[in-house]
Amino acid sequence: MQDKLEVVQVSKVFTKSGTQVTALEDISLEIPKGRFISIIGPSGCGKSTLFNIIAGLIKPSSGCILEDGKDITGQRGHVGYMLQKDLLLPWRTTLKNINLGLEIRGYGAKQAAERALPLMQRYGLGGFEHSYPRELSGGMRQRAALLRTLLYDRDLLLLDEPFGALDAQTRLTMQGWLLQIWADFHKTVLFVTHDIDESIYLSDVVYVLSGRPGRVKAVVAVDIERPRSQLVMTSSQFMKLKHELLTLLSEGEPQADSVDGGVGAQGGLHA
Amino acid sequence: MTTRVAPGSDDALTAPAPGPGASSQIGADEEELTARRLRTRTIAGRVLVGLLFIGCWELFSSVHLIDPFYWSKPSSIVATGWNVLWHGTLLLDIAFTSGATILGFILGVTVGAAIGLSFWWSRLYAWVAEPYLVMLNALPKLGLAPILVVLLGIGFGSKVALAFALTVIVTALSAYGGVRSVDRDLEGLLYSLGASRWQVFSKVVVPWSMPWIVNSFRINIALALAGAIVGEFIASRQGVGRMILYAGQVLDHNLVWVGVVVLGVLAMLMYMAVAAIEKWLLKGFETGGA
Repeated sequence: MQDKLEVVQVSKVFTKSGTQVTALEDISLEIPKGRFISIIGPSGCGKSTLFNIIAGLIKPSSGCILEDGKDITGQRGHVGYMLQKDLLLPWRTTLKNINLGLEIRGYGAKQAAERALPLMQRYGLGGFEHSYPRELSGGMRQRAALLRTLLYDRDLLLLDEPFGALDAQTRLTMQGWLLQIWADFHKTVLFVTHDIDESIYLSDVVYVLSGRPGRVKAVVAVDIERPRSQLVMTSSQFMKLKHELLTLLSEGEPQADSVDGGVGAQGGLHA
Repeated sequence: MTTRVAPGSDDALTAPAPGPGASSQIGADEEELTARRLRTRTIAGRVLVGLLFIGCWELFSSVHLIDPFYWSKPSSIVATGWNVLWHGTLLLDIAFTSGATILGFILGVTVGAAIGLSFWWSRLYAWVAEPYLVMLNALPKLGLAPILVVLLGIGFGSKVALAFALTVIVTALSAYGGVRSVDRDLEGLLYSLGASRWQVFSKVVVPWSMPWIVNSFRINIALALAGAIVGEFIASRQGVGRMILYAGQVLDHNLVWVGVVVLGVLAMLMYMAVAAIEKWLLKGFETGGA
């Protein structure tokens, strides 16, 4: 079957004050339609750079990105994108923030609201349409950010540590909430996280990246039945996977520590 | 707020009525009362200081503790003011000066904001322009006044031009500060949503920079007034500045004082108007900028 998204041998070399830094080396991912795929790896392994490349915000040094077999390398607007920072515009109400993607595509305010309001109602933001982002809690802001991404109507969602800044309790709630949305909308999700539990709980497949330069170190399939409850996190199957992933990640530890906050973090979302 | 309980009164021990809710209610009421009292006292204090100042001025001048020839006195100032208001050209002068100030301010702020915001479009353009902007900002633009008067004549135009010259660079620099502080991730997010550069500019860059631009309004209105008055000092047939200059030349110090008082009132009114506009423009923005 045709993969929804293929990352084919992508490498990225940055030149910083004369020295060349390899952020990504020969990364290949195959992501079938409708799957939930996670990427974990140490800080500075270039996860954000990879996302920026997939989103078309920066160009790879070599390799290409295929969506449904078509080359979309360097093209924007093919994926829905979400970061740890909610990036809600403080001068817009929650509703108008969620409608941002639709507005850019030329929807009128009324049409956009017709689409957004039922979603807000259904996914825990009912009654907050006219609140400003500063009046929302961290979890609700992330909900709004995800609904904004969702309303952009792309089949593929890139989520870059979306729950990284939330407290543990809220994070659990949000994970369940995300799974519900994923099931409801049949999206293909590519999810970056630092959190091993989160990656296992949410995904079908976990890609483990090594520290700089980022390479695919291992691909781990998670065959835990869906729908999953939070209790699955205490099962022996879960523990076995966690052990495996921890082992894989700790192999690269000494190297990983020294490169924290490198190119991957600085790459940000700059176009 | 402590609820006082009479010792030995078992009534107070058993009754749940004056619980924390009740006592905090009393507390809130009392707090509000203190706040209101403070407000009243503040206003009373301000009026008192003003009256005291005017009273002393009048008294010292009357008993020649200060020379009334130079320092005048409030009663003479009011009398002179009343006279020029009804038998002179004071109203026209006020209209002339405030017109030049407001027009210069609007032009300066608009053009300045446009210049500052335009730097978002090209980093090269911004970096080339930056040192010149900083230099122009440091340059005492009032030095240009004689040239502007020759260039634009002694009428309204040269006053507007000076008010404009004093405000435009300040605003441009403020707007540029806003542009530089725009969250790059936010721009990236909009691009990832398929936005054009123009959409990023209008939906993110302009509103983001608004607080920076608007916060320069208060300084700019004062600068614009100074520009208009200096323009009138250089050469003019009208305006409060010209009136002051004329009065000084004929040693009519009462009239000079009238001019100064009028300018003070004008400056205060404009400041209040600008503050109100600021509040209106920044509705919906988080307090404290950004």
